Amino acid sequence: MAGIPHDHYEPGSKGEKWLHSRLPIVGLLYDTLMLPTPKNLNWMWIWGIVLTFCLALQIITGIVLAMHYTPHVDEAFASVEHIMRNVNGGHMLRYLHANGASLFFIAVYAHIFRGLYYGSYKAPREVTWIIGMLIYLLMMGTAFMGYVLPWGQMSFWGATVITGLFGAVPFIGDALQTLLLGGPAVDNATLNRFFSLHYLFPFLIAGLVIVHIWAFHTTGNNNPTGVEVRRTSKEDAEKDTVPFWPYFVIKDLFALAVILTVFFAVVGFMPNYLGHPDNYVEANPLATPAHIVPEWYFLPFYAILRAFTADVWVVQLVSFFTGGIIDAKFFGVLAMFGAILVMALAPWLDTSSIRSARYRPMLKLWFAILVFDFFFLMWLGAMPAAEPYASLSLIASAYWFAYFLIILPLLGVLEKPLPQPKTIEEDFNKAHAKNDKLQPGPAEVPAE
Amino acid sequence: MINNMLLGKSLLSVFVIIVMTANYGFAAGGGDQYIKDYKFSFEGPLGSFDQNQLQRGLKVYTEICSACHGLKYVPLRTLGDEGGLGYSEDQVRAYAENYEIFDADLDDYRPAIPTDHFPEVVDAGAPDLSLMAKARAGFHGPMGTGINQFVKGMGGAEYIASLLAGYTGEEKEEFGTVFYENTAYPGRWIAMAPPLYGEDVDFDDGHSNELKYEAMDVAAFLTWAAEPKMMARKHVGFRAVLFLILLSALLYATNKTLWAPIKKRVA
Repeated sequence: MAGIPHDHYEPGSKGEKWLHSRLPIVGLLYDTLMLPTPKNLNWMWIWGIVLTFCLALQIITGIVLAMHYTPHVDEAFASVEHIMRNVNGGHMLRYLHANGASLFFIAVYAHIFRGLYYGSYKAPREVTWIIGMLIYLLMMGTAFMGYVLPWGQMSFWGATVITGLFGAVPFIGDALQTLLLGGPAVDNATLNRFFSLHYLFPFLIAGLVIVHIWAFHTTGNNNPTGVEVRRTSKEDAEKDTVPFWPYFVIKDLFALAVILTVFFAVVGFMPNYLGHPDNYVEANPLATPAHIVPEWYFLPFYAILRAFTADVWVVQLVSFFTGGIIDAKFFGVLAMFGAILVMALAPWLDTSSIRSARYRPMLKLWFAILVFDFFFLMWLGAMPAAEPYASLSLIASAYWFAYFLIILPLLGVLEKPLPQPKTIEEDFNKAHAKNDKLQPGPAEVPAE
Repeated sequence: MINNMLLGKSLLSVFVIIVMTANYGFAAGGGDQYIKDYKFSFEGPLGSFDQNQLQRGLKVYTEICSACHGLKYVPLRTLGDEGGLGYSEDQVRAYAENYEIFDADLDDYRPAIPTDHFPEVVDAGAPDLSLMAKARAGFHGPMGTGINQFVKGMGGAEYIASLLAGYTGEEKEEFGTVFYENTAYPGRWIAMAPPLYGEDVDFDDGHSNELKYEAMDVAAFLTWAAEPKMMARKHVGFRAVLFLILLSALLYATNKTLWAPIKKRVA
């Protein structure tokens, strides 16, 4: 499968041969697990495993929760309390599921920013990147609909605000919003379709995850140097790589165990910390909460959505030239989805011939600002829609777009990259030779 | 190394942002609230409910609060649960009989039995208290960042106790409704008349019935009502964390041993 030369599965016993000639499934699993993996991968390459774990955790806990949950406006809130009080282990299941969503998004943001820093999106990995972005969009849809299910105040009003965005689409907006809600307002029909789709989407995600893995197993992993694995011969390739099993499986499992330690501390000791207290008040269409905020993982894009108000000159200009078809509300929606679209287009916006920011001194700086910008937007998204937050949101949103639309294309021309190592082996050797010098004393006991 | 620095920085930022954005809900409009950081036995990862305090709190609820407020999500039988009030079966049955429940099958009222829930009280227009301790847990500063909840363990219990002890004695009438000034309530003017003045309830265990203690006891009881499985949850969390620390240590050693020859070949 992979372009990197390596040993393939050979059926040994009679039984293996029998199965292999009928269904080469063992070979498929073997080649997937034994994939030659660049041996210099650092700790930012662990998030894939964490994400896979999160998907499994959410599906398993979600399926059990669905056995006890009632998707009806009169009973949804009470059925969640039933889960919390009467179902054996129900409170743990629900807290694992709710906080699992947060872990999922922490991991996906780390994973995405890893890709942006080390240029993992660049040729030949554009398809992997695009599929990843689709997974991320589906995750956001799933998380949003899942948050509506407990039918608390923030569920209801969050759903009202977000589905209202679709109403901003010119010409078909109203029809689209009605279709989404199953009626004129958020009601029982909305809850039912959200429940149905919330159950469906994770399986679409699982399918896309398989394609995502298939794609990068075809191109091989990127690595911190951005230098490709040598494919000239099997011997050369083996100097740059180690098989995924056992080397990276064990490394990733160690990282996962450390992350889960923190995760279980949150679930066990402060499970409502990341949630909104208003969601423990049953949905009431007649009482609007003072301050409607989405979950933390939507905040950066929520800030971008709110940044483009009718008094921003760009919005006025666009509104004027489109004859008012694109008004401030629709502009905000376009900006929010555009913020993700420009990220998806990074493979074609980045003009540099160098992958890794390690050898791109200017990109390193701009990237650091982008990371700061992301967290700044997250904070702004939680603040009320008033000054100075509105102006700051606008500046921070502008930087997000500028990074992808101006800085990435320009840097390829302006920047003078640092020399890259010729091979992954060279980088790996250098790193570990240095480590030996830094740690004098008796050598480690060899593993025998 | 730059890579490790990047990782460290990202993890740090993730942590900082979690602390920053948690409970941002009360960022607006909570500035004039004063919430006292009462000390409760159930704070922190190892804290547990004080059974006597919960029982005293139930008494305050039964004799005072239940006149206007219901607990419709709380089954009466859970008064016998471990890690909570821990009453015996007979005690729970006797307590349940305090309440009259409308039975749709009988088409009449009958005394409650343990499998019933606390009754819902709608006549007074007062909110149900089942989840109040969790629904009012997000006011903590500084600046709506939620740091007080993280560092000081402040939550809904502190809010409830502060509210009950926070009346100043001032009143005003607006459009025929009397409002009472309260230092813990957002906006300072609350429609609920002061429910507790101190020495309202005589506790069976002889504990002081000053206003402060009555307020704390009923706040503890309502915390239990909102989160009856808190003890079980903390136990699971504690065991999971211990197990995962051990697993991490073993995997760390495995990983180091596994990679040693690969790194050795280099040096």
